[in-house]
Amino acid sequence: MSVNIDIRVADRDVEVAFDVAAGETVAILGPNGAGKSTTLDVVGGLLRPDAGRVALDGDVLTGDGRWVAPHARRTALLAQDPLLFPHLSVLENVAFGPRSRGTGRRAARASAEQWLAEVDATELAGRRPAQLSGGQAQRVAIARALAADPRLLLLDEPMAALDIAVAPALRQLLRRVLAGRTAVVVTHHVLDALLLADRVVVLEGGRVVEQGPARDVLSRPRSSFAARFAGLNLVAGTATPDGVRRPDGSVLHGTPGDPAPAAGDEAVAVFRPSAVAVHREPPGGSPRNALVVRIDELEPHGDTLRVRAGDLAADVTLAAATELGLAPGTEVVFVVKATEVSVHAR
Amino acid sequence: MSRSRHVGLPRWVYLPAALAGVFVVLPVASLATRIAWADFPGLVTSDAALSALDLSLRTSAASTLLCLVLGVPLAVVLARSEARWLGPARSLVLLPLVLPPVVGGIALLAAFGRKGLLGAQLEAWGIQIAFSTIAVVMAQTFVSLPFLVVSLEGALRTAGERYDVVAASLGAAPTTVLRRVTLPLVLPGLASGAVLAFARSLGEFGATVTFAGSLEGTTRTLPLLIYNLRVTDADAAVAMALLLVVVAVLVIGLVRPRGAL
Repeated sequence: MSVNIDIRVADRDVEVAFDVAAGETVAILGPNGAGKSTTLDVVGGLLRPDAGRVALDGDVLTGDGRWVAPHARRTALLAQDPLLFPHLSVLENVAFGPRSRGTGRRAARASAEQWLAEVDATELAGRRPAQLSGGQAQRVAIARALAADPRLLLLDEPMAALDIAVAPALRQLLRRVLAGRTAVVVTHHVLDALLLADRVVVLEGGRVVEQGPARDVLSRPRSSFAARFAGLNLVAGTATPDGVRRPDGSVLHGTPGDPAPAAGDEAVAVFRPSAVAVHREPPGGSPRNALVVRIDELEPHGDTLRVRAGDLAADVTLAAATELGLAPGTEVVFVVKATEVSVHAR
Repeated sequence: MSRSRHVGLPRWVYLPAALAGVFVVLPVASLATRIAWADFPGLVTSDAALSALDLSLRTSAASTLLCLVLGVPLAVVLARSEARWLGPARSLVLLPLVLPPVVGGIALLAAFGRKGLLGAQLEAWGIQIAFSTIAVVMAQTFVSLPFLVVSLEGALRTAGERYDVVAASLGAAPTTVLRRVTLPLVLPGLASGAVLAFARSLGEFGATVTFAGSLEGTTRTLPLLIYNLRVTDADAAVAMALLLVVVAVLVIGLVRPRGAL
């Protein structure tokens, strides 16, 4: 189910084009007012663009003189508010999609039960939405969206309204159900983009300013927005009990993040360039991570200087850079505390 | 559902509030002091009274049904459609609220009377509406419709479209969305609108007497009977009035959904 999006909405000054490959999850990142929700509305058929087209697996949904009504698109929407129908039980909520598409009562019920089990919410089936916590309600909303058998799943900041305490479990659930599904997820959260999406599209002022594989965009952002909120160091490898083993055999020590990987799993260590200290010699006898690197380039980054070396970056003050005599080609040691490194399952 | 929080009211507010309550309740309560209680059972069970009460309840039920059939779609269109002509249309729908009912009756005669705009044609087909029970129902519907439409439109706007959007994204066609999501969510508003329409129909006088006349058993509803008796038999009129008050209180008290209205 590949998706082609190429749309223009004049009164919101949005002109956006990108594709989603079959089975791929694309995250749309961007500041408020960048056109993220407008894009999602156009794809879902809630807003008619002034020009352009949206095609799902070759079927034109919008454009070329065609217009498919929202209910006929099979683009299920999951918003930040679960929006469970308050007058229906949890089970009836989940069965709503199948029932609306003409499935018989019994089959719809069976399908709803199966999807509730899929999101570990079987015991909630008989409750009313008012009796659920925020996390439980969003779990049920996920089951309801999936039960509708969508060709494309549209997620609009699905975790923005959740308690910090329940977000990790829900992120895990989304990771599981999004695997192999075609989906577009609007998010503000760099970790969501990294862990849920295969690719990232960055919008700014109604235009796509950057797009690419999630890891590349988040570790080496070219757009100013992505650089401000991303620009993270991402080190991939296999999980060890206290860190990540890199392909060269060295271990980067860190603290388990969310989702925490099991030893031997593919994992990624995440840390901010500002958490990295730069030294000329390895500091002796310290429990810190010390990575010997060769500097590729130095670039101004706000009040500091960003030191790039391969996939890694460190922020240092101009004074420190001068004192250390940093220049491209210099061999230095990047030092980062294990507590500054979070390790996530990939 | 949620307990409301208060910052407290200024104390002086209670004085005019109490005055307003007294202003409404006192005259109605005074009715009871004017009643010849010995004759009361006989008066309210007379043939004329029972026939008028029966006609009132049946026509009010019919007009409430008609208000629902016509008013629900109208309220949905007014609340949801974005067409430009809807602004003026909304004002027109409210017209019966501000028109004196007698004017409504004259207008109905102009449209459906024997020589009216449509009435003349209907007459040619042998259909006569004016001065029939159907005319009573039409007069009541004319004055009651805005009550249902305004109440339901407000509820629809408050409920918003977010649930409708989710329902559509799950594959529900517009009719399914309306039937399974939109209307169930505004059920309290719908119920209170229907009760208001029924109560307004029950009390309808001016448009009915103008458009349908006052024929016993056919068009003489309880308010019309009370008006007739007021001149000839004041005791009976007061007794009927109390009967109407009791019926109205029952309707409002028993049928009114909690928290609505």
